[in-house]
Amino acid sequence: MSKAIITVENLSKSYILKHQHKERYATLRDVLSNKAKNLFTANNKATALSEEFWALNNISFEINQGDRVGIIGRNGAGKSTLLKVLSRIVTPTKGRITIEGRIASLLEVGTGFHPELSGRENIFLNGSILGMTKTEIKNKFDEIVAFAEVEKFLDTPVKRYSSGMYVRLAFAVAAHLDPEILIVDEVLAVGDAAFQKKCLGKMKDVSEAGRTVLFVSHNMEAIQKLCTKGILLQKGRLLEQGPIDSIVMKYLEAYASSVSTYDISLPENYNTIQGYAYQLKVEDKNGNPVSEIPIGESWQVRVSFKLNKHTPHFIIGLGVSTVFDFPLRTTWIKPGDYEKGDYEVVFKNDDIILTDGQYKLIVGLSTEKIPFHYVEEAGYITISDVSSLTGETQLVNTKSGIFINQMKTSVTKIAD
Amino acid sequence: MNKHKIVIEPGTENSNYWKDLWNYRGLFYFLAWRDILVRYKQTAIGILWSVLRPALTIFVMWFIGWLFDSKIPDGVPRILLVCAATLPWQFFSTAFSETSNSLIANSNLLTKVYFPRLIVPASTVIVCLIDFFISFVILVIVMIYTHYVPDIKILLLPLFLLLALVISMGTGLYIAALNVKYRDFRYIIPFVVQFGLYISPVAFSSDYVYNHPRLPQAVKYLYSLNPMVGVIDGFRWCILGGKTMLYMPGFLISVTISILFLFIGISYFRKMEKSFADII
Repeated sequence: MSKAIITVENLSKSYILKHQHKERYATLRDVLSNKAKNLFTANNKATALSEEFWALNNISFEINQGDRVGIIGRNGAGKSTLLKVLSRIVTPTKGRITIEGRIASLLEVGTGFHPELSGRENIFLNGSILGMTKTEIKNKFDEIVAFAEVEKFLDTPVKRYSSGMYVRLAFAVAAHLDPEILIVDEVLAVGDAAFQKKCLGKMKDVSEAGRTVLFVSHNMEAIQKLCTKGILLQKGRLLEQGPIDSIVMKYLEAYASSVSTYDISLPENYNTIQGYAYQLKVEDKNGNPVSEIPIGESWQVRVSFKLNKHTPHFIIGLGVSTVFDFPLRTTWIKPGDYEKGDYEVVFKNDDIILTDGQYKLIVGLSTEKIPFHYVEEAGYITISDVSSLTGETQLVNTKSGIFINQMKTSVTKIAD
Repeated sequence: MNKHKIVIEPGTENSNYWKDLWNYRGLFYFLAWRDILVRYKQTAIGILWSVLRPALTIFVMWFIGWLFDSKIPDGVPRILLVCAATLPWQFFSTAFSETSNSLIANSNLLTKVYFPRLIVPASTVIVCLIDFFISFVILVIVMIYTHYVPDIKILLLPLFLLLALVISMGTGLYIAALNVKYRDFRYIIPFVVQFGLYISPVAFSSDYVYNHPRLPQAVKYLYSLNPMVGVIDGFRWCILGGKTMLYMPGFLISVTISILFLFIGISYFRKMEKSFADII
């Protein structure tokens, strides 16, 4: 019988959104001028401009010792806020959390890494920031270095590291944390595939040693491998909790949305970079937006993008992958020089027949082979099992594989 | 049953705050260590900057005093008088401005990990303190150069250094907390520091103000409201072996003001601390 190690009761967190400012932080002038304005206006209308936003809304759950819990939800569902509240970085607006154990949170890879310091120095710095004591770090130092595979560069400033080395070192420190409760935000989405696998393996070891793990990721495959339980959040509310497999299914079903047009969130520096994609539409073969494609029908994806300046050797590509992040296909346009302006590109699929289900669409833009905008989840395409297949491509069995197209076959009698 | 029980609730005071602060002393040490290591990375003369900057200020202050022939007590070399004032002033000005900016400079830590936020400004002050000790070499050189042998009073110097520490910590904490929300202070701080150098008795002696025949007594009290006046007078009094006077009422005002600043600074910082990650 395991005991609750984390108890969350009626947890809420609200932010006040102010609509009059674009700046993130107020300036003294604003405060003074607003105060002055309020003096002279009888009705205080300033409040109408601010709006309360509930990032977390009345959430309650319990986590037992040794549970490995995946927290799932779309962007903006409140996952990161929940982790921040649990890690004591921000305080809740309402509710109560009781945690019984030493807690360490890993919300970012390489928090506090200083580019001027050497790898060795950063191990100590980062370790202590994550809550390890000096002796703990010393004891694990060799293990960390071996895991990160950076022995040769220990005394080089990390600003000279390749991004791969940087990430490996940062994750290695984090992987050797030894708390009773470990909170991990989407940090596995970095590094190459081999290292990601290594990290997942390490995380699994850690969690199997009886530690409690809270894990946020968009990678359903990783979550299913690592976690035993799931919590599904939607718009700040707790939608469902239970065994991980059923929660993942719920999430994927909820995702089978009736949306055909996806607005791509702009990168932070969208004005200064070369350009960016901003919309993705899923259409049928005649160009009508549709939310679902009947299996066997051809479909197309229309991506709108903007180039801020003249872009030599420009390429835009569309990737299709399973919801478990297994890449199926990538298509690129022919490279060319493009002037500043707004463009649309259509990727037409009329050859491969995907089986029913949901697929992720990935969009990437590059110039001179250097990517400048990459969107991991630009949109989704849903293939419905309403069959329209006839004749030659007749459907045998939708569970026979991802690709339904039949190979050319011929049977010849070669002996009696 | 578990000694690490944590309850997170809105609005409640963390009763273990000071214990927590103690538990995180390792981080405090590492942050200070980082700042020291990084401070003069990729500079040609490295740590010499810690000596060169105050040395240049001393020279300029000495030159201004000499040019306007500001009144100094008899039998005291002007350079020593200026030196004894510039070092604590330099400490205050760097400590004050760097603590004020410390939270913003470490905003990536504030939004990603939990620790008592007081650690950040505290570790910054320690780095400035170490800089101060290094720059102390200048004083020794000036003493040798002017053949000046200090008397027993110099042993009281740490007390006045403590006072300077209290002042920079108190004001720095208050401004650091404000700076998180109102970035205006980023522009106000350099101005305050520059202004302070001229109104504090660095290039001249505070006797000049206190004994000024035409200034009313109220202005003299007002003058001692600047707590750095007390620190600088104290430094001179220790180093010059009592050849300069320590204006007692003014000094007591300085001490009271400094302690008040520290108290206000810490309590305001503690009050605002919880919202730092939300608004930074």
